[in-house]
Amino acid sequence: MGFRSLRVFQARALTAQTAETDAIRFLVGTQSLKFDNQIHIIDFDDENNMINKSVLLHDAGEMWHISGSPADKAVLTTCYSKTSESRVLTCAAVWRMPPEWESGSHESPDDSSNNPQTLELLCHLDNTTHGSVACVLWEPLGDGKRVISLAENHVLLWDLQESSTKATISSTATLEGKGQLKFTAGKWSPHHNSTQLATANDTAIRGWDLRSMSQIYCIENAHGQLVRDLDFNPNKQYYLASCGDDCKVKFWDVRHINEPVKCLEEHSHWVWSVRYNHSHDQLLLTGSSDSRVILSNMVSISSEPFGHLVDDDDLSDNEESQQEDKGKEPLQDSIIATYEEHEDSVYAVEWSAADPWLFASLSYDGRLVINRVPRALKYHILL
Amino acid sequence: MISATTPPDSDPTGRRRVHSMLKLYYGLNEEGKVVEQAESLDPCDINGPHFDPEVYLNKLRKECSLGELMDHESCTVKQIRSLDSDMQTLVYENYNKFISATDTIRKMKNDFKKMEDEMDCLSANMAAITEFSAHISGTLQDQHAQITKLSGVHTLLRKLQFLFELPARLNKCLELQAYAQAVSAHRRARCVLQQYSHMPSFRGIQDDCHVIMEQLAHQLRQKFRDGGSSAKDLSECVELLLQLDEPAEELCDKFLSHAQSRLEADLQGLEAELKDSPVTDTGGGLVQKTNPGSNHVSPSSSSMTNPFLSPTAGTDILEFIDRGCNEFVSNLCLVIASYQELFINRPQEGELASKKIPEMANGKLHVFVDTLAARYFSLVERRIQEEKGVGDNSLLVRALDRFHRRLQAISKLLPGSAVPSQGTEIVVRAARERIKQYLSALQTFYHDSLTDVRQALAAPRLSVGGASASGGGATSKDATPSLTELLTSLSNFILNQLKSVLASVHLFTAKDITFSNKPYFKGEFCSQGVREGLVVSFIKLICQSSRQYCESAGDRGGSTPPALLLLLSRLCLDYETSTISYILTLTDEQFLVQHHTPVTPVTALCAEAREAAQKLLNHYVKVQGLIISQMLRKSVETRDWVNTIEPRNVRAVMKRVVEDTTSIDVQVGLLYEEGVRKAHSSDSSKRTFSVYSSSRQQIRYAPSYTPSAPMDTSLLSNIHKLFSERIDIFSPVEFNKVSVLTGIIKISLKTFLECVRLRTFGRYGLQQIQVDCHYLQMYLWRFVSDENLVHFLLDEIVGSAAHRCLDPSPMEQSVIEVICERG
Repeated sequence: MGFRSLRVFQARALTAQTAETDAIRFLVGTQSLKFDNQIHIIDFDDENNMINKSVLLHDAGEMWHISGSPADKAVLTTCYSKTSESRVLTCAAVWRMPPEWESGSHESPDDSSNNPQTLELLCHLDNTTHGSVACVLWEPLGDGKRVISLAENHVLLWDLQESSTKATISSTATLEGKGQLKFTAGKWSPHHNSTQLATANDTAIRGWDLRSMSQIYCIENAHGQLVRDLDFNPNKQYYLASCGDDCKVKFWDVRHINEPVKCLEEHSHWVWSVRYNHSHDQLLLTGSSDSRVILSNMVSISSEPFGHLVDDDDLSDNEESQQEDKGKEPLQDSIIATYEEHEDSVYAVEWSAADPWLFASLSYDGRLVINRVPRALKYHILL
Repeated sequence: MISATTPPDSDPTGRRRVHSMLKLYYGLNEEGKVVEQAESLDPCDINGPHFDPEVYLNKLRKECSLGELMDHESCTVKQIRSLDSDMQTLVYENYNKFISATDTIRKMKNDFKKMEDEMDCLSANMAAITEFSAHISGTLQDQHAQITKLSGVHTLLRKLQFLFELPARLNKCLELQAYAQAVSAHRRARCVLQQYSHMPSFRGIQDDCHVIMEQLAHQLRQKFRDGGSSAKDLSECVELLLQLDEPAEELCDKFLSHAQSRLEADLQGLEAELKDSPVTDTGGGLVQKTNPGSNHVSPSSSSMTNPFLSPTAGTDILEFIDRGCNEFVSNLCLVIASYQELFINRPQEGELASKKIPEMANGKLHVFVDTLAARYFSLVERRIQEEKGVGDNSLLVRALDRFHRRLQAISKLLPGSAVPSQGTEIVVRAARERIKQYLSALQTFYHDSLTDVRQALAAPRLSVGGASASGGGATSKDATPSLTELLTSLSNFILNQLKSVLASVHLFTAKDITFSNKPYFKGEFCSQGVREGLVVSFIKLICQSSRQYCESAGDRGGSTPPALLLLLSRLCLDYETSTISYILTLTDEQFLVQHHTPVTPVTALCAEAREAAQKLLNHYVKVQGLIISQMLRKSVETRDWVNTIEPRNVRAVMKRVVEDTTSIDVQVGLLYEEGVRKAHSSDSSKRTFSVYSSSRQQIRYAPSYTPSAPMDTSLLSNIHKLFSERIDIFSPVEFNKVSVLTGIIKISLKTFLECVRLRTFGRYGLQQIQVDCHYLQMYLWRFVSDENLVHFLLDEIVGSAAHRCLDPSPMEQSVIEVICERG
């Protein structure tokens, strides 16, 4: 159930439309050196179990990363590579989707080449001095005015002004050290008033304070090899998850960085993406180049280790469920499901912003799979 | 008279026979009654009472012949004659008896008459005597009373004299040291003096005596305290003192405290030795010879002595225990014996018996012995704990044996004492401790030998690295054979060590050791101690430390040389297949283990070992795969693939990959079997390098490069994927060479693929990748179980590179082949 696959181009970039809370919508950025790249807007109609696809042209180049604004659902950023004078550079820009896209190509989803509309460029996050951009991060829960871009070994904090048409660097931080340091991933923490950032470079995870733009912690050798991705627990401010080329997913309490709180080793190749569910942080999604997506239930280190706490108000209403709750044992950490629909490496997984029980995964061959959390587990968590 | 007539020596049975015949004749039985003999009513019975001659005669005449009649007649005549003579004899005898009886009666009559006269005379005399006696006693009555009185006075006077002389006598006794006499004298006088102490004169005497006796008691005590005197003297002393009403309790205390001081001296001697020895012990015992430059061929000779260095200096434990036994324990026994002699086993008399001295004394003795023994035990235990060196166990066992044996003496002397059992406990504890020490010794030994192996591995490795760096194709010809040697030497070496440890521990249960028949040493020591605590723990430790190699080294950069991982994996596998069961059987046989408590089964250990072996091998694959991956990744990440020149050669890194894979193949081949390969397709088995046939290649890649069909780009490869099995990259491998190599190559090529997908290529970049992949294809297929795997992954790499290419114009297959064959 709930499995919808959609063949697009080769693709790595996937995001949920963060500001959209009604429709289940994912954005996929294609990666092609030869053709015009597109942003595919995937709408999932939960009631009819149908997928609708709209296409917007992104003619700047192939996309490596895509991210939607938390405030304006029409605004998004992409990281795309641009080839000029035999030099490949990954740039970043802020775009607005044309307002008509929904009415535009909606009727004929199959005929995507039929005169698709083009994204409207708002501004470039000019990085010519700082090098290739690895990713762009929006301020979580913010008003869509601040973004961070990670370019080579620089952290750049941008202010977007004049309806995002102008971007100015408000502060920067640079990672100094031996050799060629390069950020591979980053995550803006939703906690502490959005003043913290975590980045990954090589095998280390670093935390930054955005007010002083200085490093606050550093987990050296967090993974045996390259760290590919990280994510903050949305409900526990000191917890973050990381994944990497050692096939492991590790959970950290950044206050005690010597040892991971927990370590999962379920994938048989590099883990490229890790995502906490936005509302139920025991649910964790990982995507790996072994072509598998794994949904795990990490109850023991979640914010609800003993299941959902029933409020006093609810007591009178459902006494039965209350009694059930009492009999319920604390859940064990477990793998809920392993999804093997992909045939190529899965580079991105995302939870839907609108429906907490839905998620999408994208493999290199362009297959997008939308899955649901198993119903039994859903009820188990809710009741 | 009757006895005179009957012949005294006549045979009683003969006489009886004659009597019975006579009785028969007279028809009498023993009661003198006439018995009708019912059975002889026959008138023909000649002896019967109803004999009828007429009938008899007729019968004879009728039945018998003439000759028989003649015979019968003569017989009858003969019988009649003998009866006649018998009758005559009897008549004579009776007649004689009558005559003699008559004579005797006449004589008696005369004698009685004479006696009557004499009796009359006697009675007259007696009457006279009675009269006289009464007369005399009447006259002597007064004098007798007087004499009795006088003799009473005399005795009293003598007693008084004794009393008056008593002080002088006592003094004299004191001078002569005849204490016993003095005491007995005093004792006799004591109660009298006590009774008449209200009279001044007696009081004086009593006081004098008292003083003297005080003095005497003082002297006795002095003597007692000196202690130099013999046991007999001492006992006399105590006896006397007891008689002098000296409180027994105090005496006991004194005796014991006196003994204690002497025993303390012994203990202090021991303690002094103990204080000396640690200094010397640490000097000798903790020196652990390390062998940095140990030759890999002979680790056995180098570290054989290492952890098992025995403490050389200081008194050894046997001497110590000997001294303890000879001085302290034997003295203690002497004390106990004499104490018992003095206070407990003495014959009790009179008032002393009522004081319950033995009970009190016994209690004191127990306390005394317990406290001293406790101190002794603590010393012994300290000494045992110092015995860290695990070299010569026999010394310790002998020492413990002696220790234990000597304590038996105490148990004989003091049946209820807890001392021997405490001693046994010490021995048990020492044995337990010993097992722990052996385990840790084995542990250090194991780690040391691993270090040796590591060094042995490291040394030639360097030379290999140098050789291959200088371009020498001869891969580690000198070094690799040693891997098998190392494995056998290591495993033999561990086994021998384990055996020697078992032999050492076995000493504890030897027949001639006194404590070996204690229940602990029969049961728990063997099963829980040796089997579980030593052997099983050691095996578990090997597995565990092996697993640690996987875990610790995995994250923090491979500090463990991969060859060691491989070697350990094989070691664990060998353990699983044979060694564990061998060791456990050996142990069970040697120690005759009776499993009262559940023990770890062989299968569980084997499973653990297998798991460790699997983990190690997986880790080996991972590490080796990573090393090659790193090379490939660096080579892809650092190059500018857009602006590269046209490929003329296979890149050096690919050659390096093939070289490394070959040497891994050799390395693994030394320890693991070949394994099963899927059947080669006919073309690849020819070893011609046209395997990567241009025709196949073109078909596969052609669609990718045609810009007209963007959606078809991955169609073919996806179809391929649909029908091929999913490849698990970091998956467990089997225990054979092919599987291991397959794992390593899978990891390497997958890395290559992922790295390629992250880059952008120019035309020549793609062509270089084509060349590189073809080169890998040429050399790698032979290592893996399923060559299609290599084909598939390499196809994916080239395909991905083509996708990531700005100007995808692939190189001609023939050109690729030429380049590859050239370089």
